[in-house]
Amino acid sequence: MDIPYTVQPRPDTGVYNAKVGMWLFLASEVMLFGGLFSAYILLRVSAPPDTWPQGWLSVPLGTLNTLILALSAITTLMAWAACKARMFDRYKVYQGVTLLLALVFLSIKAYEYRDKLTHYTVTLKDGRIADGHLVSRDDTTVVLDGQFVESRAHLMNPKRHPAKHEEIRISMDEVKRLQNYGPAYNTFTALYFTMSGLHALHILGGMLVFAYLWGPGSRMWKTDPARFTNRVEIAGLFWHFVDLVWIFLFPVLYLT
Amino acid sequence: MSLKAVHLVFVTALSALCFGTAVWKFRDYFGPHGVPGDLGFAVVSVLCGGLVLIYGRYFLKKLKSIGYL
Repeated sequence: MDIPYTVQPRPDTGVYNAKVGMWLFLASEVMLFGGLFSAYILLRVSAPPDTWPQGWLSVPLGTLNTLILALSAITTLMAWAACKARMFDRYKVYQGVTLLLALVFLSIKAYEYRDKLTHYTVTLKDGRIADGHLVSRDDTTVVLDGQFVESRAHLMNPKRHPAKHEEIRISMDEVKRLQNYGPAYNTFTALYFTMSGLHALHILGGMLVFAYLWGPGSRMWKTDPARFTNRVEIAGLFWHFVDLVWIFLFPVLYLT
Repeated sequence: MSLKAVHLVFVTALSALCFGTAVWKFRDYFGPHGVPGDLGFAVVSVLCGGLVLIYGRYFLKKLKSIGYL
């Protein structure tokens, strides 16, 4: 039995069924990300002065990732256009480039996460606060490449309180609290890891679909090219949604 | 709504991001703590915004035969 309306538009909706399904899915995704964006904005505007981090994320890396996702949106469109023009070889090239760009995006994201997860704030028993990247740590000593700060408020905007970084050796006996810039550090890092992590999972999901359509799934081209082209289109719709989310995430997380 | 229409929305959003970033960085540069890097970022953002608009025209011309639904 054939599945109806995989190629021909359904008379009542005017489009093929998979496209309707994808749009319904994207509507639910808008609500998911919309809730997170709303939470971010409300927490951001209600934060007391000097308690919300600024300049914690690398704008050059964020900009590079924006460029990479923009290019991947173009290659996704070109892959679909190549299918429409019955140029399967060109489709393979564009889809392959999309996959590579997505991989580069995730690699940069992983580097950024690593940078945050190896960045520590150490509160000493005498009240001093040391902040910097972890060099080494064992049962007796923790070594940071960082600085001592007067208060946590100074950590919120590193550009306003520039300081020279140096190697700091702290005995574990002196440590009251040792905390990295992970999701549990503060509200900003919790939101940053939740939103960018959810976005990265979507990138990963898109990559799996693209890899399938580029590899084993592309066999359909020989038997039903029109249906395959529609599959490429709805995968592209999902990818564009993920790219659009990043266009909102980038200024909200990196620039505000 | 086809991929072509969504791509048009994407290109519009991307150009808005580029020009928005440019305005933000120009304001930073002409503000009390402005540095030359802000001006450089702003100029590059304007150029990127222009490139995105040129690309938008190109892709619309190239995909003229494909519908928006």
